[in-house]
Amino acid sequence: MKLGNGFLRISVLCGLLFLYLPILSMIVFSFNRSSLGNIWAGFSLKWYARLFANDEVIAALGLSLRIAFLSATLATVLGTLAALALARFGAFRGRAVFSGTVLAPLVLPEVIAGIALLMLFILMARWIGWPTQRGFLTVTLAHATYSMAFVTTVIRARLVAMDISVEEAAMDLGSTPWQVLRDITLPVIAPSLLAGWLLAFTLSLDDVVIANFTTGPGATTLPMVIWSKVKMGITPDINALASLIIVSVALLVLAGTLMMGFARRGSPD
Amino acid sequence: MSVQDIPRPDLPRTRWLRRWFHARGWKALVLGVPSLWLALLFLAPFAIVLAISLGQAAPASPPFRFLPQAPFTDLQSYRRLLGDGMVVQAFLTSVANAALTTLICLLVGYPVALGIARARPRRRSLLLVLIILPFWTSFLLRVYAWMGLLGGSSWFNKLLTGLFNLFLPADRALFSLHLMNTNFAVVLVMVYSYLPFMILPLFATLEKLDLTLNEAAMDLGSRPFRVFRDVTLPLSLPGILAGATLVFIPACGELVIPSLVGNSYQPMIGRVISDQFSVARDWPMAAAISVVLLAVLLGLMGLLSLLNRRILRAEGEDA
Repeated sequence: MKLGNGFLRISVLCGLLFLYLPILSMIVFSFNRSSLGNIWAGFSLKWYARLFANDEVIAALGLSLRIAFLSATLATVLGTLAALALARFGAFRGRAVFSGTVLAPLVLPEVIAGIALLMLFILMARWIGWPTQRGFLTVTLAHATYSMAFVTTVIRARLVAMDISVEEAAMDLGSTPWQVLRDITLPVIAPSLLAGWLLAFTLSLDDVVIANFTTGPGATTLPMVIWSKVKMGITPDINALASLIIVSVALLVLAGTLMMGFARRGSPD
Repeated sequence: MSVQDIPRPDLPRTRWLRRWFHARGWKALVLGVPSLWLALLFLAPFAIVLAISLGQAAPASPPFRFLPQAPFTDLQSYRRLLGDGMVVQAFLTSVANAALTTLICLLVGYPVALGIARARPRRRSLLLVLIILPFWTSFLLRVYAWMGLLGGSSWFNKLLTGLFNLFLPADRALFSLHLMNTNFAVVLVMVYSYLPFMILPLFATLEKLDLTLNEAAMDLGSRPFRVFRDVTLPLSLPGILAGATLVFIPACGELVIPSLVGNSYQPMIGRVISDQFSVARDWPMAAAISVVLLAVLLGLMGLLSLLNRRILRAEGEDA
């Protein structure tokens, strides 16, 4: 067994190396003085300085954050409702269709989702005169729809694992469904609400395919800016931008994980 | 706070309304809001895609029309799709790339998942976080990170070239490997991007395995590899299947990775759909390819879940 354990340990190490090496390499080269992407020519912070002076990038970041915030909030509300229906309503009529539709985006290629939504928006504009132009709102709607599946999965798992007897007791004592939800269910599932929201937020912040199809002139998200530059090849300012984004998201997620770890240790369930 | 919320004797009408709401309306609301949303923004777009796939491309805005007389629909896009060597080739490339990606993810991910499952509990949660972390950070940027490594002048390419040259006679030594814009790069980056999707379900299954079974097999004289082959591997089949689904399905429809590190003469199907739609402006064709791709993916998922059920049933009979 000794030999086997050694092999497993080396595998884990190599797996992690494989996952992190490209990112670390990119971060190192974001401090490269040379404007040639991957030949080292000394340390410099100039790409970071140039990044903060780039209005296009700053504006796109602002738009991306607004879209991500709103779409994640919508997706969390919708996903919570859908998860409640799936976890608490038993075998209602049309359940199979409902759960299939809710979870379908998990396996749906983004290209198809993007094209389908764009066709819808174009035809709606023609038939009912809305949306008059595509941009912030259409991307937000598209992202909320796509992320909802992920949020539903996260929250439903928590609802199924949760002890339902407290809810039943409250119901027996005459609480209304809304009171049960507000005073018992939501506080218990709060960590997974946050996890679901964060997941939706990062999915939206990261998406380039759906945004590319459903946006219009004048509304360019950050991944779209990156996409249009990256297609030309690697550049040091994108290295800097990518490093900033990856490091900040990683720190956020680590902080979230630690917080949830503490919360779980503190609570009895 | 509205007037209704202030405690006071209920008027008969509002009491009836409230009772109705608590008995029926609440459920209708919880179920109705997401249903309506999905009907408008998920089912309606697909109905439109299906409808447009039965139309004809036309120089109009939007660029399609339906046949003017009965049956109004036209299967010509589907016929063209099957006759178009490029589209069929793209389907085959996608399936082959996705299958190869799934296989490599399994071979690389299995020992990693097993190693994490067998690690001490404290280290286990740290390792899990480290596996999940890249999944949270930007997918696009992680693909971009590989572009930096694959290029001819990068340290990674030089390293690989050096290793490769060890096996070549000195006069045949290569200056650099051609990695960027190849199918190899597409599969490599897909393995990289989807590896956590394979490791996590595998870990979830492996973690639950009863280690006393392994000890029993060892006590009865099995060697470690046989224990793995006869005990661990069969019991982890559900995890393998779940991981394979999570990798294979999105890999089939991948657009970002082949666009950035692939080439244009071996396109995957996602890129063909996107080009038909945006470049050729042939909406019916783009829609028809989408419908076929979805049908293929749904069929595959059905097959996989059937397989899964069969495995679970077989295990139930064993127990």
